[in-house]
Amino acid sequence: MRATLRVRRYDPETQPTPTYKEYPVDLPQYGTVLDGLLDVRDRQDGTLSLRCSCRSAICGSCSMRINGEARLACKTLVNKIASPGETITVEPMGNMPVIKDLVADMTLFWDKVRAVEPYLQPVGPAPEREYLVSNEAMERLTVAMNCIMCGACVSDCTVLEVDKTFLGPAALAKAYRFVDDPRDGRKMERLEKYTQTSGIWDCTRCNMCVQVCPKGVAPMERIMQVRSMAMEAGFNKTRGARHASAFAEIVKESGRLDEMGLALKTYGFFKAGFTLTGIGLRAFFRNKLPPLFHRPIATAENVRRLFRRLGV
Amino acid sequence: MPQHDVLVIGGGLAGMRAAYKAKSLGADVALLSKVYPTRSHSAAAQGGIQAAMTSEDSWETHAFDTVKGSDYLGDQDAIEILCREALDDIIELEHLGVIFNRTPEGRIDARAFGGTSYKRTCFVADQTGQVLLHVMWEQLVGLNVKSYEEWFVTHLIVEDGRCAGCVALEIPTGRLEVFRARAVVLCTGGLGQVYQPSTNGLAVTADGLALAYRAGATLMDMEMVQHHPTTLKSNGVLITEGARGEGAFLINSKGERFMEKYAPKMKDLASRDVVSRSETIEIREGRGMDGCVLLDLRHLGPEVVFKKLSQIHELARDYANVDVLKEPLPIRPGYHYLMGGVKTDVDGRTWDASGGRRWQGVEGLFAAGECANVSVHGGNRLGGNSLMDTVVYGRRSGAAAVGYARSVDWVAVNEDAYKEQERRKIKAIFDKPPGLRAADLRQEMGTAMDDGIAVFRDEESMGNALRTVRSLKEKSSSVSVHNKGHVFNTDLLSVLEMGYMLDVAEVVGVSALNRKESRGAHARTDYPERNDAEWLKHTLVSWTPEGPRLDYLPVTLTRWEPQRRTY
Repeated sequence: MRATLRVRRYDPETQPTPTYKEYPVDLPQYGTVLDGLLDVRDRQDGTLSLRCSCRSAICGSCSMRINGEARLACKTLVNKIASPGETITVEPMGNMPVIKDLVADMTLFWDKVRAVEPYLQPVGPAPEREYLVSNEAMERLTVAMNCIMCGACVSDCTVLEVDKTFLGPAALAKAYRFVDDPRDGRKMERLEKYTQTSGIWDCTRCNMCVQVCPKGVAPMERIMQVRSMAMEAGFNKTRGARHASAFAEIVKESGRLDEMGLALKTYGFFKAGFTLTGIGLRAFFRNKLPPLFHRPIATAENVRRLFRRLGV
Repeated sequence: MPQHDVLVIGGGLAGMRAAYKAKSLGADVALLSKVYPTRSHSAAAQGGIQAAMTSEDSWETHAFDTVKGSDYLGDQDAIEILCREALDDIIELEHLGVIFNRTPEGRIDARAFGGTSYKRTCFVADQTGQVLLHVMWEQLVGLNVKSYEEWFVTHLIVEDGRCAGCVALEIPTGRLEVFRARAVVLCTGGLGQVYQPSTNGLAVTADGLALAYRAGATLMDMEMVQHHPTTLKSNGVLITEGARGEGAFLINSKGERFMEKYAPKMKDLASRDVVSRSETIEIREGRGMDGCVLLDLRHLGPEVVFKKLSQIHELARDYANVDVLKEPLPIRPGYHYLMGGVKTDVDGRTWDASGGRRWQGVEGLFAAGECANVSVHGGNRLGGNSLMDTVVYGRRSGAAAVGYARSVDWVAVNEDAYKEQERRKIKAIFDKPPGLRAADLRQEMGTAMDDGIAVFRDEESMGNALRTVRSLKEKSSSVSVHNKGHVFNTDLLSVLEMGYMLDVAEVVGVSALNRKESRGAHARTDYPERNDAEWLKHTLVSWTPEGPRLDYLPVTLTRWEPQRRTY
């Protein structure tokens, strides 16, 4: 099948800013974007740089933005994302500096993974044979262990776009893998660490990482698991944890979300006034301020019953 | 000039295992790899890792299966060590964090694999290699091992017969640097891209094999290359033997389970060489479909497929448009693994430290993993034994390298001279007039090797392959690049890699042509029988200015006399 690859080119040695260059490619039926790029590199333009190795979505080298979304080039079939003759835009990953062409600088990515202490830390003497653990416990971890560290989730994370200090979806999914490993002995220390600023509570649940992850790791869902474990373990004093508890409490009481009450309960009266007045005023002038007082919902008892049945 | 007691080149499972061991022993060790370690091709190992864990099984049975699988070309002392130490290493890996699948009792579970007497292959779904690789990486982070990532080695430094380090190019910047070491451990993997198609990644370009060969180390049994029975037609990607281990079987175009004919006892789980040959015969005799036979997983059901073979389900869907739950998957034999490699002793030494000088080598240079040949796989490797090989012999090499490094002084290295030498080499490539490119040569070499030295071979086919390789070697001196910059110049790397691959491909050709018998993966139609009287010996190849020099070395037998090999 014929297609055109519109590739973002950048060479720091010769160009001040990136440019786009188009390359026609002709690919077999199950040709991937990677096949196309290799064809360009091998037969048309050897100056194109990209990372790639396994061609089967396991080494994690070739993540890049394809038509604006982070994907593995080797797992993206051309015929699935374009009609014959159509143009496909290929760019390096986002949220990272670019070294050259499609090669992103992943230094910060690795630094953040390292920051979660990504290695098993059992406490006490090891058993003579293997640790006895259930298959279910191991299978649960397989989901997180599926991560090939390709960086797609970090590339498209909307929090990292505005806050470079956020540990990010890949590192936190890795963190989950240890918190939920029955063999790890430092669960409490880990949870305390991950609840700090830049940790689990900085995720805004936009779902982007779940959408782009090529291996089904669903990093956001792993982050939510760590949140639940942290709150169960008593780490419920952070703003994020208070927000989550207050949210549930308000819905339980009134059957609806009272934003004003949520802000007061999350921040406390004085801090809410100090931090949120500006936002409140801007919302007011744009006519977006939620009502200060809500009318009670007649059937709120049904919601309360749901909570009771769930035992929360 | 960076310097370390032990420098490990290659960041796959063997390399990280060696570095882990060296660091645990308190040595100053660094890992240097041309890709980020988790990108290494160990990640693509799917099915599992062999160790005798159950009471009915024993390391001796594992060893015998391996000896038989090797078609008696494996050195039995090395095989005994592998199988005896496998259990402790599996337990250690589990303690380090590997999430093996479990039995209902919570113990490490095992699945059936080709050529094994018992269920012995421990696994993590069908992503065993990836999990092992990532866990070793985690451990290196924990131990804070110094790691040079995306550095490409252009030259091994040998001074007075001793390996003293290497020259490497930092890929993101193009900077050349000399690394000095008391001991160097090569763990650079196989020669995957010498063959087209190949299950191996694009980064697997025989680097370490060629570096060692050029430096004076001996390559052994290089004619022994394995074709995996189940690879995808479209791109050569691997479909794990674990699929058959879980109960899938092969059928031909008539729907017959043809393996019953070729291996009445083990059927689909015979050794890989046997299954690949059987498939090739079926296809050649007209019972294939589009050059393939079919792998049938339909009866396994969603429970097994989604829990234990989920990657396979995905790969078949993505690259062959087949839902393995609904229809059989077209597959064929494809290049997979190099049993041969840099000749080492059982502690990874590439030089004959016994004083016997039965084989030469380079003092101070160690090797482990696929680039090494200890030899445990002989003429044919059993599935699940390569991961174990990287773990056991990676560890032993790491430990031996530390011992060696502590016993010797630094060798003086002229840093500037080596940098200048490599700079000139690169400049010569940049100065070539435009024309021939490495990619053109690569395709031609790959096809020639797969036509000539694959599942079946004879004098003529191998001669053709070798002639092609030699003519490409001639041409390779005029290969040019488009990219003459410093930053992430993969165009330049492709030329250097091409040089490595051609040197090694020639050794494969020379070794194969001269072994006049059939053994393991070396199945000659002109010499169809195994000939123990004349050929129960290893092929040794060393570099000379006139070309590869052949020598032979007897196989080490301990307790298993060669027998007829049937499955």
